[in-house]
Amino acid sequence: MIQLLANPQRFMDFSRWAAPILAAAAAILLAAAFWLGFSVPEDYQQGDTVRLLFLHPQLATVGMFAYACLAGSAFFGLVFRHSLADAAARAAAPIGAGFTFLALLTGSLWGRPMWGDWWVWDGRLTSYLILFLVYLAYMALLAAIDDEAKAARASNILALVGVINLPIIKFSVDWWNTLHQTASISLTGESGLAPVYLAPFFLSMIGFLMLFGSLWMVRTRAEVWRRKAGALAVQLAGKA
Amino acid sequence: MTGVGVLFRRELSLAWGKGGGPLLALAFYAAVATLLPLAVGAEPERLKAVSTGSAWLALALASLLSLERLFERDYEDGALDLLALGATGLETICFIKCLAQWLANGAPLALAAPIAAIALGADPDLTPAIIVTALLGGLGFAFTGGVGAALSLGSRRGGVLIAVIVLPLFAPPVIFGAGALEAFASGLDGRTGLSFLAAYSLAAVALGPFAMAAACKNALS
Amino acid sequence: MIGALNIEDLSLARGDRLLFEHLAATVSAGEAVALTGANGAGKTSLLRCVAGFIRPLAGRVTFGGADADEARSAGLHFLGHQDGLKGARTARDELAFQVRWTGGDEASLGEVIETLGLEALLGLEVRKLSAGQRRRLALARLIASPRSLWLLDEPMAPLDAARREMFGALMADHVRRGGLILAAVHDPLPIKARTLEIAG
Repeated sequence: MIQLLANPQRFMDFSRWAAPILAAAAAILLAAAFWLGFSVPEDYQQGDTVRLLFLHPQLATVGMFAYACLAGSAFFGLVFRHSLADAAARAAAPIGAGFTFLALLTGSLWGRPMWGDWWVWDGRLTSYLILFLVYLAYMALLAAIDDEAKAARASNILALVGVINLPIIKFSVDWWNTLHQTASISLTGESGLAPVYLAPFFLSMIGFLMLFGSLWMVRTRAEVWRRKAGALAVQLAGKA
Repeated sequence: MTGVGVLFRRELSLAWGKGGGPLLALAFYAAVATLLPLAVGAEPERLKAVSTGSAWLALALASLLSLERLFERDYEDGALDLLALGATGLETICFIKCLAQWLANGAPLALAAPIAAIALGADPDLTPAIIVTALLGGLGFAFTGGVGAALSLGSRRGGVLIAVIVLPLFAPPVIFGAGALEAFASGLDGRTGLSFLAAYSLAAVALGPFAMAAACKNALS
Repeated sequence: MIGALNIEDLSLARGDRLLFEHLAATVSAGEAVALTGANGAGKTSLLRCVAGFIRPLAGRVTFGGADADEARSAGLHFLGHQDGLKGARTARDELAFQVRWTGGDEASLGEVIETLGLEALLGLEVRKLSAGQRRRLALARLIASPRSLWLLDEPMAPLDAARREMFGALMADHVRRGGLILAAVHDPLPIKARTLEIAG
């Protein structure tokens, strides 16, 4: 795996076939998940809203998983100074931010029928919101420094600082919730996850994770090309 | 006097800026605290309910102010180059800078915090609790903010970028500090919140300098 | 005490731009080398690389008689385009700090102040000084804190002719006592020096 990551050319060769295959697999799983998701009976408590069970937790999980991937790439970028790792970190950010944003959106849609509000400051949603802000901070820092190598390095440090802080933030937000006893959006109701919901839940989860993997590979490839094109342009300009 | 000692005196003198440093922070703090009742409505009951929390939030924001000067000036005028070539490690240098920042700006803010809180309707008996909380929180804000300031070196956006980076990281000390103050205000035990705040701030003090040093080395390269 | 500066097969890049490759040079004790080249050729980057700020693409820099960390924290002076002086502080305070920080002895300051003609400036705030005066203040630490290797980036640019001559004498003195100088310049150095040209 490490050898794969270390060699940009090998990564490009690998991802050329791996990305489309993952995307195809994701499409199949997600289609199955949604078909099942719409055909299962509605929850007696939540009604049709329960179908968000096959969307919101998955989006949120991918949002967090994407950050773990970002932080992992950032670590490799910092320690081994691999430009591919920098490219991977840079590529993961907008995808992760997008998933987190959609998780917030679907979380809000879930809250509306339950609590009558478009937004609730419950522990989980608040933590996701802060995760979203951390993504934005990462992308803002990347964009704000002109020298690409320096920008990548600074953002990688920020990503690692974020990784250490995110559990603390989650802990503090949960603690704050116990103080304020805010209403919490219950995903599964008192009975837990009913067996009939398990299949679409997990199909959707794996499908979205595969989708992330595919998107991440595609974006990383784009980053590698962009850097190459940029370097070529500078070289040509130098000769002009 | 050792290298560390001279550096500390110099950083303290620079952060204090003949009184201009804390004056700016205090003026900003006063301005925010003034705007708050104008925005929220001045009914005593409502204001009192948010008094400790808002005073705390305004404190966090005021701590952001002097961060831009923490590293950027040294980076621009070549002082950071000189510091990096001394016998003292960059981590220690960053530690000294943030410590001086806390003493020169954070401590005066901590002393002003009870005034703001009382003006917003808090109980004057809370003053010792507010000062202790603000001192501890200020330490966390200074060292966490320092990380943001170091990461933004050489960027085009400066102050706003530092705020964007640092505000999510401020969430835990904001929550713990506000929670502690609220507990004290309601007559409950605020010591849990206070211990979490102390833990966060001490972790920031211990770990922050490493991130700052890495960021400075990156900017100097 | 650094005995020599060895630049071995050095390649440097800034961003995506390759500055130079396979640069090899040696500066020995008692020698001064003038670094020449067009603007943007990489003179400043080379100096910063020797000082340890920039990582080379390939090759390395070694110091005879000291390992790299030792050399960079106690063996060399780096004087870049900026002076490293804080505007809000007085010249006296900044001078004392710079000398202290670079391991110099404050007792010898009196002599240095006299040599560089700084007495009148000491009580003033640095921001009130002219560029030439600030440069002379920054030069003081080179004399007051004895370190073998001087890395200078256009050190005399803000100085007038008389002051340049004076600094030339100080450089000659340093070299005579076994010091090393690597200076990036556009005009010839006022002392005898080898030339090292940075071409693309």
